[in-house]
Amino acid sequence: MIDPLSDVAVARRVARDIPDGAYVNLGIGMPILVGDVVGPDKEIVYHSENGILGMGPAPAPGEEDRELINAGKQPVTLLPGGSYFHHTDAFVMMRGGHIDISVLGAFQVSEGGDLANWITDVATMPPAVGGAMDLAVGARRVLVMTTHTTRDGRPKLLPRCTYPLTAAGVVDRVYTDLAVLDVGPVGFVVREMAPGLTRTELQSVTAARLTFADDVVELDPH
Amino acid sequence: MIDKRVASLADAVAGISDGATVLVGGFGDSGVPVELVHALLDQGARDLTVVTNNAGAGEGDVAALIRERRVRTIVCSYPRSMGSIWFEELWRAGEIGLELVPQGTLSERMRAAGAGLGGFFTPTGADTLLAEGKEVRTIGGRPHVFEHPLPGDVALVKAHRADRWGNLVYRKAARNYGPTMATAATLTVVQVEEFVELGDLDPEAVVTPGIFVDRVVQVAAS
Repeated sequence: MIDPLSDVAVARRVARDIPDGAYVNLGIGMPILVGDVVGPDKEIVYHSENGILGMGPAPAPGEEDRELINAGKQPVTLLPGGSYFHHTDAFVMMRGGHIDISVLGAFQVSEGGDLANWITDVATMPPAVGGAMDLAVGARRVLVMTTHTTRDGRPKLLPRCTYPLTAAGVVDRVYTDLAVLDVGPVGFVVREMAPGLTRTELQSVTAARLTFADDVVELDPH
Repeated sequence: MIDKRVASLADAVAGISDGATVLVGGFGDSGVPVELVHALLDQGARDLTVVTNNAGAGEGDVAALIRERRVRTIVCSYPRSMGSIWFEELWRAGEIGLELVPQGTLSERMRAAGAGLGGFFTPTGADTLLAEGKEVRTIGGRPHVFEHPLPGDVALVKAHRADRWGNLVYRKAARNYGPTMATAATLTVVQVEEFVELGDLDPEAVVTPGIFVDRVVQVAAS
């Protein structure tokens, strides 16, 4: 039986791979959860594309400031040591390789590390890209956090993306509710799997061909 | 004597002509020069090209300009914000043009214009739909897309404080596009919450030096 991890459990797994002292950008959606589960033993500096380093959690009700928001336009706070800067510098940090880790959501990831996470339908909705392409090409490590399949069960890990690309060959590691996979020269290499899941079951919900590491580890479901 | 202060919002937007390219600061609700945009609405210029991060939301500022059919083309990175109904309606009807630009490229194109550069090569957008028709060059083993500078006839910017020379400081993440847009337009118009005496702004902390600013108008904080 396939028993996927909760979003928070996936976020905890991503958080384990973020080292103390890292400069990190968390994408809109699932990646935001990572900020809530990083332990207090690590000092992480969160970057926001609109011009914040040292971004803190949401303010208490009534303390919101409309001029202090994150990339998702939600109210946030600034931690001691934090700073404000203008948009061009915010993207110098991203594009220029100064951000250690970018955690992004995905519609699709290919076995070559291509990422599609900005548009699925160009006909009926106006296209919108925001900072997705800059984050994908610029961060030193690009981690993708996503469900293993779409809501209706279609694979998101594919030989080639069918949706328009955000960037080509940029994804380093993918964390899903079923597995942790590295993107290598031979495609997806499974490093960790959800408890009770068989290799055949994981391959059956993955369109790309999987390779399994010699020492596949069981994921903590909590 | 240099005095860039003007007495009214109408004076601030006087002379903006039909067909102008107008850079409008702001990211979400943060840093939008709402009163200047409304003054431009009252001023009557039409057939505008508006360069801004989002395409307005609800009925105010940029959304009102779009609703009143004053915008021929919008150049932006994320025209699909919550409540961006007027843009979506006119876009579906084919009544407004859209040039979609990755966020960091949008900012850097204006920086290039302000810096007197003829454009730049960026890895952002390479191998994607947004690189179609653009020159691509391999630099350091990676494809880079050529992007043109993006100058404005006018920039509308919101800052926090100004002196009569037009030196500016901003407030929190409302700074966003302001400093870059201020450099990139022939006429830079700024609304501030407070005027201060010459010499009262800490010269170590001035964010936009007055050389980039043409007019400043005071608008009480809302």
